[in-house]
Amino acid sequence: MFWQQVINGLTAGATYALVAAGYTLVFGVLEIINMAHAEIFMIGAFIGLLLVTGTGCPVWAAVAGAMAGAGLLGWALERLALRPLRKQGVSHLAPLISTIGVSIFLMSLAMKIFGPQSVRFPASVEPRFFNLFGTVNISLLQIVILGISLALVVALKVLLARTRLGKALRAVAENPEAAGLMGVNVNSVMAAAVVMASALGGAAGVLVGLQFNAVSPTMGIAYGLKGLAIIIVGGMGSVAGAVAGGLLLGAAEVLAIAYIGSSYRDAVAFIILIAVLLIKPSGIFGKLEGRKG
Amino acid sequence: MLELIDVESYYGNIRVLKGISLRVPAGAVVTLIGANGAGKTAALRAIAGAVKPRSGKILFEGRDITGLPLHAITRMGITMIPEGRAIFRRMSVEENLEMGAYSRRDREIARDIAMIMERFPILKERRAQPAGNLSGGEQQMLAIGRALMARPRLLLLDEPSMGLAPQAVAEVFHIIRELNKQGVSILLVEQNARQALKVSSFGYVMETGRIALSGESAKLERDSRVVAAYLGKRA
Repeated sequence: MFWQQVINGLTAGATYALVAAGYTLVFGVLEIINMAHAEIFMIGAFIGLLLVTGTGCPVWAAVAGAMAGAGLLGWALERLALRPLRKQGVSHLAPLISTIGVSIFLMSLAMKIFGPQSVRFPASVEPRFFNLFGTVNISLLQIVILGISLALVVALKVLLARTRLGKALRAVAENPEAAGLMGVNVNSVMAAAVVMASALGGAAGVLVGLQFNAVSPTMGIAYGLKGLAIIIVGGMGSVAGAVAGGLLLGAAEVLAIAYIGSSYRDAVAFIILIAVLLIKPSGIFGKLEGRKG
Repeated sequence: MLELIDVESYYGNIRVLKGISLRVPAGAVVTLIGANGAGKTAALRAIAGAVKPRSGKILFEGRDITGLPLHAITRMGITMIPEGRAIFRRMSVEENLEMGAYSRRDREIARDIAMIMERFPILKERRAQPAGNLSGGEQQMLAIGRALMARPRLLLLDEPSMGLAPQAVAEVFHIIRELNKQGVSILLVEQNARQALKVSSFGYVMETGRIALSGESAKLERDSRVVAAYLGKRA
């Protein structure tokens, strides 16, 4: 029973981690909260659904397509809603509002196109179960979710640690002006951060849609709030914190359902998150040192 | 090499440069001295592209670079070491040096990193550590090393001696001489006017956003107004 819950918790946590990694990437590099992230996640889920129902493509291809579509959406978001404000040099609250606007627009658009009810994936992707040992089952779907999430998070970590773009992203996160002095095109790097974050969000959307076999225009709301809670608990701007926080929340929710009752799921999960913050206010991987200048 | 013609710039509504003109000839060390708030840093930031001038012209090697973005100016061969050094504290020492070479695409980057670590052994010793762990003097060495990784033809230095221990200050001025011998032109902003005039061939004195005085450094050093305002009594 316990190990079954651990597997379920990890699966839920893996998708939380992906969503939170997107928030934290944008926050780390642009120092803003992208309120449209949850709706990009939702659009990603619809793109994945359309690919599977329309072309019958395998899950990994649907995820790749959703990442591409969501990434493109992220690029448009940066060009239309973030960069013009940055050029004006307005406060960090302005992009908060502009991204809320984009978020409302995307949700209304999805309502208009797909209707308010949730849509299911075709039966071909219904879960098949494998027995691990004794009473513990893992579905093919859970393996796919865990595998894709893990691969994406590892890819993100490697990109940040090793590549030229990754170093530029970290340099801009720390000091945009100094990065510019090194010859980094700060605007392009900020756009890259939003595109990457949105692609991660899109992938998470497909995986969550598969997990609950439901895709709807409002599916982003709960994930958006949880994603924000996770990056605060994990430490703003820290990818490792987003992963740890996501897994912690997933595990807490599943254990709350199993041992306390499903109606207390969110309450228990958020009590745990608040407890973490009481012990370490800067978050699990939080750095007290902020950006200078 | 570098010429500013009547450059005006603003921080918000405050006119920090009230039309300054100056020149840095190729191969020279030129210094810009003056009191706090005179506009020395503002002048460097206008040249580097960190702030766009409201009016006037900035020419580099005959080309108009006025209003170009920071990264474009860096790619043309001008590198600024800003006040406070602005190293990437959370990145390793080696990554800081790699960032210095960001605008380069050649194959000699690793060789240049090795060369700089040879010149500043402390950077080699601490190559894998976060740069934030270095002492102030070491951070200044890293900032200089990082700037050199871009292979600049013109180096803009903003208060390189600020906050450093006396030995480190001496080392910084020694390095400025050494770099200049290797052919790098330098525009140096300093509070430490005595040292700045010693290391440079030409100097400009700024007061409240204007160039108040200019001349050969050796002459400025003896100019009674400069002595009274910036050099004081000899220690």
